[in-house]
Amino acid sequence: MTANLQRGEEGERARLAWQCRRGMLELDWLLQDFLERDYGSLSNNERDAFNVLLAYPDQLLLEYLMGRMVPTDPTLAHVVRRIRGPAAS
Amino acid sequence: MTGAADIPRRRFDTLVIGAGGGGLRAALQLSQDEATVAVVSKVFPTRSHTVAAQGGMNAALGNVVPDNWHWHMYDTVKGSDYLGDQDAIEYMCRAAARLVVEMEHAGVPFSRLENGKIYQRPFGGQSQNFGGAQASRTCAAADRTGHAILHALYQQNLRAQTHFFDEFFAIDLIKDDEGHILGALVLEIETGEPLVIEAKTTLLATGGVGQLFRNNTNARINTGDGMGMALRAGIPLEDMEFFQFHPTGIAGKGMLITEGGRGEGGYLVNKDGARFMERYAPKAKDLASRDVVSRAIATEVREGRGCGSGGDYVLLDLTHLGAEVVKKRLPGIREMCLTFLHLDPIDKPIPVFPTAHYTMGGVPTNRYGEVVTLGEDGSEEAVPGLYAAGECACVSVHGANRLGGNSLLDIVVFGRAAGNRIIDYLKSHRYHRPLPLSGVEQAVTRLQRWEQVGEGESVGALKAELQRTMEHYCGVFRTEEVLAEGLKKVQELEQRLAHARLKDHSKVFNTARIEALELENLMDVALATVSSALARQESRGAHTRIDHAERDDEHWLKHSLYFKGGRLDYKPVRLQPLTVESFPPKPRVY
Repeated sequence: MTANLQRGEEGERARLAWQCRRGMLELDWLLQDFLERDYGSLSNNERDAFNVLLAYPDQLLLEYLMGRMVPTDPTLAHVVRRIRGPAAS
Repeated sequence: MTGAADIPRRRFDTLVIGAGGGGLRAALQLSQDEATVAVVSKVFPTRSHTVAAQGGMNAALGNVVPDNWHWHMYDTVKGSDYLGDQDAIEYMCRAAARLVVEMEHAGVPFSRLENGKIYQRPFGGQSQNFGGAQASRTCAAADRTGHAILHALYQQNLRAQTHFFDEFFAIDLIKDDEGHILGALVLEIETGEPLVIEAKTTLLATGGVGQLFRNNTNARINTGDGMGMALRAGIPLEDMEFFQFHPTGIAGKGMLITEGGRGEGGYLVNKDGARFMERYAPKAKDLASRDVVSRAIATEVREGRGCGSGGDYVLLDLTHLGAEVVKKRLPGIREMCLTFLHLDPIDKPIPVFPTAHYTMGGVPTNRYGEVVTLGEDGSEEAVPGLYAAGECACVSVHGANRLGGNSLLDIVVFGRAAGNRIIDYLKSHRYHRPLPLSGVEQAVTRLQRWEQVGEGESVGALKAELQRTMEHYCGVFRTEEVLAEGLKKVQELEQRLAHARLKDHSKVFNTARIEALELENLMDVALATVSSALARQESRGAHTRIDHAERDDEHWLKHSLYFKGGRLDYKPVRLQPLTVESFPPKPRVY
């Protein structure tokens, strides 16, 4: 995942903003809020993990973000917790 | 900005706009018949809103209790409050069983009974023997039927070599002087570059328009793009006043809090802590029908008894049920509250307000999926080359209210029907008609308008104001006075939209530009909705007028048609089914 290195911060954010538009309102709220709130403070590893999550089908992403399932990859699980914010604690 | 003549072009037999279940089902039919098909989708196809449909797909298979397509037809006609077109309803209910099997063969893993047959669950409004005992008619793939259907159709389309234009936004239809639709101008979201897709036939399948209202359950992509395009092409919208609301959505966010909360003993309170449903429905109280509960909540808020600093919601209280009951019986509701409100309903009540869910109206079509408008003599006339299917269309099988499990059925049945009709049309229309530049220029002008620089209102603020206005003046609380005021306000917003400006004119993934184009669609559809609701002086299905509380078949057993600019016309309901006797209007009692 080196797309963000090639495009520059602003272009990458614009692309991600569109990727956060999903087929379910629940995902729209969680992903778009997260992008706005926390994306700037993510490490490169976390950004890559966020990209991986965005490529998942909506239904699986919903399972993760509603806390019904936890990704086995620890970085993905960590980013899921950050997206869930206070709900994860 | 490129001139119309310089815009690159691609040619296909059919252009499908929208990649939800309706669009993909039609595309599949066509690609399997070796038509060249372009599917344009503003988001990646499997992120279409069909993915969110949990309930299932109705078909009278009779796997759990005896069932019959004719009983399904009766329930659908009755559920529509007799506004549904009975020829289309008969067609849909007859086709349902075969299409469930077909979807299964396409890869949808329907849940099973122990005997191996497809599992079917009971839903509200389903009966045996024309209003008798509860039927079990909804075929489901666990709680992710929409997801399963969407993914199966997408993969089948890949196999059939449908050409996908992912993350392209359709600006406007292209029409020639004789009224033929010849494709559309689209915009590649990644590059901001326009493209003309020329097509012998075009299908609108852009879904519903829940984003008209502040509180809604729809994904943010549901902005009525196909409906806006149809209006601008001179095609009316049908029955837009009928919008299905659910009484309890999370206030300000929209997600559904299911009836289960009240079913388990939860109740609604206003800012004084009073259980107000006792005043509106002394017997059923919090378990009164959806429209009664919705209107009661709206009335409390309008009369100043709403909670919070804005006084714009009421509370659903589950705290008296105790931790064990909430955890055991209402885990879904608790999960929603923890995730989106960061509150535990065991300890605190939930802020709720009615939430918009489903658009019954849309682009008028016949049962073949052909878009129809009114001819000069008032008769129905097909728009050559244009088709529509799914929630953006009004065929009309849902009439004034949709039954659970009928929307996934609708998209599969009429997506396929439209595909078949297009195949017939292509046989006798083998060549592309000449594409007039004037048809493209109109669409280019719409795009260029957003290049204007300078000071102006923000699109985001106008959208939020439109959604609040629609919710307050055209939501579940409707009177002549309220709707007339609402129409005035939406007209004012439309004027202000003309002066809105973008700050960001960049090309690459410019979400702000797309949101501006979406807002134009929302504005056109809002005017259609509030105008149609103001005109209809009766209560039918989802359209409840406090000042006209009864259904009025003598004057209003007809479909509304709204044309851009404000003209309203009407056409009769098709009461004559294809082969069986008509179900005449009766009082709708459950």
